[in-house]
Amino acid sequence: MSEHLEAALVLADGAVFRGTVLGAATDTWGEVVFNTSMTGYQEMLTDPSYAGQILVLTYPLIGNYGIDPPIDESRQIQVRGLVVRSECDSPSHPRGGMRLHDYLAAAGIPGIAGIDTRAITRRIRHTGVMMGMIVPSSEVDAAKRQLAEVPDYDTQDFIDVGVAEPYSWRDGRPHALLNGGEEPGPHVVVLDEGLKYNILRNLRRRGCRVTAMPPSASVEDILSVNPHGVLLSPGPGDPQLRELQVQTATALIGKLPMMGICMGHQVLGRAFGAETFKLKFGHRGGNHPVLEVPTGRIAITAQNHGYAVDPDGLHSDVEVTHINLHDQTVEGLSHRSEPVFSIQYHAEASPGPLDNGHLFDRFLDLIESVSGVQGD
Amino acid sequence: MKKPESVLIIGSGPIVIGQAAEFDYAGTQACKAMSEEGVRSILVNSNPATIMTDEGVADEVYIEPLTVPVLRRIIERERPEGLLPTLGGQVGLNLAVDLHEAGVLEEFNVRLLGTPLDAIRRAEDRELFRTAMREIGEPTPPSAVVHSLAEAREALEDIGLPVAIRPAYTLGGTGGGFVRTMEEFERVVQTGLDASPITQILIERSLLGWKEVEYEVMRDGADTCITICNMENLDPMGVHTGDSIVVAPSQTLSDKDYQMLRSASLNIIRSLGIEGGCNVQLALAPRQDVVPWPPESMREGGGVGVPHDEPLPYYVIEVNPRVSRSSALASKATGYPIARVAAKIAAGKRLDEIANQVTGRTQAAFEPALDYCVVKIPRWPFDKFEAGDRVLGTQMKATGEVMAIDRTFEAALQKAVRSLEVGGRSVLWEDSEAEDEPTLAAETPTDIRLWHLLAAVRADVSIEEIARRSGVDPWFLERLEAIVQMERRLLAEPLTPTLMRRAKRMGFADEQIANLAGSVDERVREQRLSWGIAPVYKMVDTCAAEFDAVTPYFYSTYEDENEAEPEVGKRALVVGSGPIRIGQGIEFDYASVKAAQALRAAGWGAVMANSNPETVSTDFDTSDRLYFEPLDEEAVRDILENEDGSLNGNGPASGEVASILQFGGQTAINLAGPLTKAARPILGSQADVIDLAEDRKQFERFLADLGIPQPPGTAVSSVDEAVLAADAIGYPVLVRPSYVLGGRAMEIVQAVGDLARYVTQAQAAAPGKPILIDKYLAGIEVEVDAICGGPEDDAVLIPGIMEHIERAGVHSGDSMAVYPAPNLRSGEVETLVEYTRQIGIGLGVAGLMNIQYVIMRESEDRDGNVFVLEVNPRASRTVPFLSKITGVPMVEVAVRAMLGQSLGEQGFSSGLWPATPLVAVKAPVFSMSKLSGVDTHLGPEMKSTGEVMGVDVDYDKALNKALIAAGMAVPPRGRALLSIADQDKPGAMRLIRELGEAGYELHATVGTANLIRGLGYEVHEAPKREVGGDPDVIDLIRSGQIDMVINTPEQISSNIRDGFHIRRAAAEQRIPCFTSIDTAHHAVGAMLEGGADYNIAPLPDYTAGRV
Repeated sequence: MSEHLEAALVLADGAVFRGTVLGAATDTWGEVVFNTSMTGYQEMLTDPSYAGQILVLTYPLIGNYGIDPPIDESRQIQVRGLVVRSECDSPSHPRGGMRLHDYLAAAGIPGIAGIDTRAITRRIRHTGVMMGMIVPSSEVDAAKRQLAEVPDYDTQDFIDVGVAEPYSWRDGRPHALLNGGEEPGPHVVVLDEGLKYNILRNLRRRGCRVTAMPPSASVEDILSVNPHGVLLSPGPGDPQLRELQVQTATALIGKLPMMGICMGHQVLGRAFGAETFKLKFGHRGGNHPVLEVPTGRIAITAQNHGYAVDPDGLHSDVEVTHINLHDQTVEGLSHRSEPVFSIQYHAEASPGPLDNGHLFDRFLDLIESVSGVQGD
Repeated sequence: MKKPESVLIIGSGPIVIGQAAEFDYAGTQACKAMSEEGVRSILVNSNPATIMTDEGVADEVYIEPLTVPVLRRIIERERPEGLLPTLGGQVGLNLAVDLHEAGVLEEFNVRLLGTPLDAIRRAEDRELFRTAMREIGEPTPPSAVVHSLAEAREALEDIGLPVAIRPAYTLGGTGGGFVRTMEEFERVVQTGLDASPITQILIERSLLGWKEVEYEVMRDGADTCITICNMENLDPMGVHTGDSIVVAPSQTLSDKDYQMLRSASLNIIRSLGIEGGCNVQLALAPRQDVVPWPPESMREGGGVGVPHDEPLPYYVIEVNPRVSRSSALASKATGYPIARVAAKIAAGKRLDEIANQVTGRTQAAFEPALDYCVVKIPRWPFDKFEAGDRVLGTQMKATGEVMAIDRTFEAALQKAVRSLEVGGRSVLWEDSEAEDEPTLAAETPTDIRLWHLLAAVRADVSIEEIARRSGVDPWFLERLEAIVQMERRLLAEPLTPTLMRRAKRMGFADEQIANLAGSVDERVREQRLSWGIAPVYKMVDTCAAEFDAVTPYFYSTYEDENEAEPEVGKRALVVGSGPIRIGQGIEFDYASVKAAQALRAAGWGAVMANSNPETVSTDFDTSDRLYFEPLDEEAVRDILENEDGSLNGNGPASGEVASILQFGGQTAINLAGPLTKAARPILGSQADVIDLAEDRKQFERFLADLGIPQPPGTAVSSVDEAVLAADAIGYPVLVRPSYVLGGRAMEIVQAVGDLARYVTQAQAAAPGKPILIDKYLAGIEVEVDAICGGPEDDAVLIPGIMEHIERAGVHSGDSMAVYPAPNLRSGEVETLVEYTRQIGIGLGVAGLMNIQYVIMRESEDRDGNVFVLEVNPRASRTVPFLSKITGVPMVEVAVRAMLGQSLGEQGFSSGLWPATPLVAVKAPVFSMSKLSGVDTHLGPEMKSTGEVMGVDVDYDKALNKALIAAGMAVPPRGRALLSIADQDKPGAMRLIRELGEAGYELHATVGTANLIRGLGYEVHEAPKREVGGDPDVIDLIRSGQIDMVINTPEQISSNIRDGFHIRRAAAEQRIPCFTSIDTAHHAVGAMLEGGADYNIAPLPDYTAGRV
């Protein structure tokens, strides 16, 4: 058992939390963020939007139902490190289950267990997100020095988190692109800046043919496969560093129906003339209420973002359709005349509430209204 | 929906199994919500021991029986615009439906608020519910709804055994059950049909062993739906959720499972059209290596496991379209006030228009995120009812529950076990009867299965094997194994700081550590504090620390950061009363809440500690700080030290924080000694006062010095001593073990043979403990509550004197009590007042005191002799009753007295407070239909679970109303069955004449029939079962041919069984059953003397004489 190896989480403000090693016994550094979801640790660990981050789970008992590899949300664990109060070394679930510790260790990802995650969360809430390191307990002083030198999260380019080569999504997994063999249904290009597979599953379930493309794909690359719509995916990092994608999105407005999710929403927001800004400690969890302005209904949403769109600079032909009830930040945008909309939260859930899958239906409705091609 | 001007709120009536304090919490929240919305609230409840019926909660308070005719009169008088049906439990809901069906709502133009009637029907009626589920594609187990035994047999052919049987419209699953054999099937179908007011039951495929999961969901008028909390039962399907150990949030559900069931729950609340709160119960497929699924749901091609792209199978089991026990638990588990929000939705608010009081800045439209683990354990009455059937099934048996919060399951579970307060039964307890076969014992769900599971783990039975046998998910068993491993380390290893810290983090109490490590509690405490191992307190904030929160609601854990920093200013800790149990009910929660309010009103900070999630006291609004903790010495000392800043070495203490112990029943008062020993100050009566009142020898001397008589008695420790003592005192004698309260194990013994049996048994149960023998005096029993100003004041205020209808010998908690005492002579009253004053001052009581007296008259025209039976220097269960009818706010006066304000300064004087111009009768309510195997007859041991009050301008009306409210009203005519014990026959003659003259059709067993004939009345003789009659007396009751039973138990043991079956049959048939001639006589009298012509009025109208 890993219980005897001592580790420490060192924060950039000098705070030190001592616990035991979970997963790989190596050092790591990253932006320390917390997520308040009570389930879905495997989905979070494999969510590419956590690239470059050390994830603190506020729910204290993690690993209870084990790991079930087929539900990974991307090709690998994406977090730089995991922080939990208590790790379960004897999981139980009808799907069987690998231990969380083994899953992390096999992937070489370090974690730390046995620490006061609520105290960390309160500190982050108060001070804002900050960089941190997980190190062996004896190396706390060195870690403090090192933390002064590591690059800030906001300055890092996470473009390589997205896919490098285009692929298609069939039978619940990625495949090489189909050559010629046209499938029926709407063809959607997903610009993969670090997407979760459940976005592709959602499109597929609705009868779409799905092609994922690297974030560097040009307008020409996209148009060359004759898609009926484009989905701008979530991904890690500061949207200010995504100028290329903003240009691509700008060029596609008016050409194709588009949907943006999370980073994709921020990219569209910038394409619509707005600035983005960093939130103090982000929104990460499965319980944020979002007001759907047109209907007055409240949606409970899955969230994972550290930046938000500032509505001030938005073009006049764009409206704010969704607002976070907690802090009034923008959660959704819609173009008044073009078939383009975006949401800051995760319609694909996984983890999180399944209440917002209708947003994919909305995207397909837009595609149908433009191209006449119907999903299932 | 438009906001109404006024709203009628129906309470849930008396506390019975399946319907406890949670509805006082819900109703109180609803009234507060209405007041915040500017809606006039009219509250009706028959239960006086509730905060909701207190002054200042609702705008109009009616303490009246919960029946359609009564409600009709109230509606006619108050003309409420709306009716809120979903906050008064099943009683409130059923009554709302009845009012609608009787046309009352239409007649007076009252609209149902919140959840519409149609939604209630579709959720409550099994057939409509299944249709509704089919329409939205939510799976329900294969089943059939039937109305007769013949239909049931036919349906079974398709469904197949085993099946579950659930009657429609009943509380806590009364009358249902799981059946495996044809014989069981026929029997349970019949009781189920009888229990259902609409003679309808559901027979469904048994999902025994599947995971049982609940979701608490809310929906507003704008169709926004949210889940507040999900909960997973440790006990799988097969045990009523009220009888299950429950954990929140779910522990073994993946996000896929969690979200699938969440979506199903939201689908359901939407499709039913509920506006407000709702509880959805679901069954989820378990591990197939633990419980194989039925073959039908297996995938084609065989093999275990489900393809990964397919979700696990699940079934929707049940929906409660109202606030429930689970929603109270969910509210306390999350900090989200479900009842308050549901009430506001009913008043027309949307979720995003309701503020989240916890954060103070977000709205009610969000889903709470927990960053801790919550464990609930039910509290069962089997310590009281040893003969009761302890096997748990679909019929709920628990009277109450405890909840504990910590950051791990192990720690929360251990704290919950500490909170149960079952005779020192910690996690370490072992059931000696199950020692040889721990695995076998763990198979059967009972109140002690948790200990059987632990025993199996300790016996090194594999987790897989225990899981297969018990159906409990291995995850929970692995946690138990972690506890057992720590036990072994504590037994084997020296106690180091590291080991100590690990053990504390896993929830081991100092006492357990001391037991295992061969130390004593105090030494363990000193040692851990010297090592800096002390709990910190974390906040329940609904949002896992994502937002700054303002709720002062805390739980302890062994981690780094303490969020409950000491505060400055005068403040005191009110120790609550823990789980609701027989003998310690909601009355003590009432007193605890009033104490906190009184402290705040006096400018003090009120700190509350309690472990019961159902209550108003654990509402974070009630106090300035709430600690959700076990109520034992360790937890309370930790809280006190945390409050004064000395716990975590945070420098000098910021000031002493005193404890108030006299309102939390025996739970709190038991802490007086330990806290005094720990040099912790106590407000009010000190530990030595309590010791003096509880120590028999000292107390005898004390009374003798004052010249106040007690029934002669003594303490003995052998059969020989007992026989000698009883001979000297004279039979009948009252015998009981020393230091056991609530009349537990107390008996009235008539002869030497019974005495020898009793003493032998009692000594086997508690070797070395003395047994008390007192002269049994069958006189008038009188109860006095008093408030003593304390040693400085010397004033003793008696708000009122209550006279019991039953003669001494029936436990005071089971007696009917009348205020003002109707039959006392003025000289007797003077003596009572004088004795009470002398005892209060002599003992040095500061605050509340309760004394029970018996008056023995030699003749009716001379004052009788007054004997003291018992003195309790604490709040009694009559405090809420007496406070409400006398107008003396007893708890507040007591608290102010403790804080140093004399009674005179408060505007009260010493002596008996003038009686108000009303008559009030308190009647006990039993839950006997739910507890098979338990005898219902009244005796010295308390059996009731709740109480009701009847109040009116004269005795007969008040008594009749109390009986109506308790379900004990004598029908104006009909068929009475009498079976009277020989020793009661002389006393029954007057009653027989009354019944005969009033034209009742009399049925009786042979001896009683002879007596009736002898008195000149016609009687039908009912053969006893013992002599093989067919139909016999029990068949007669079961077939519904009897409207009322009067049966007194025989002293001679050979006849006990028939009487027992008569009483059980009456309880199950829910017809009035009088086991005391006194009660029956008064009840019949009330009915014949114009009691049916009762008034209906708000409580203040009675106290002010305006009726």
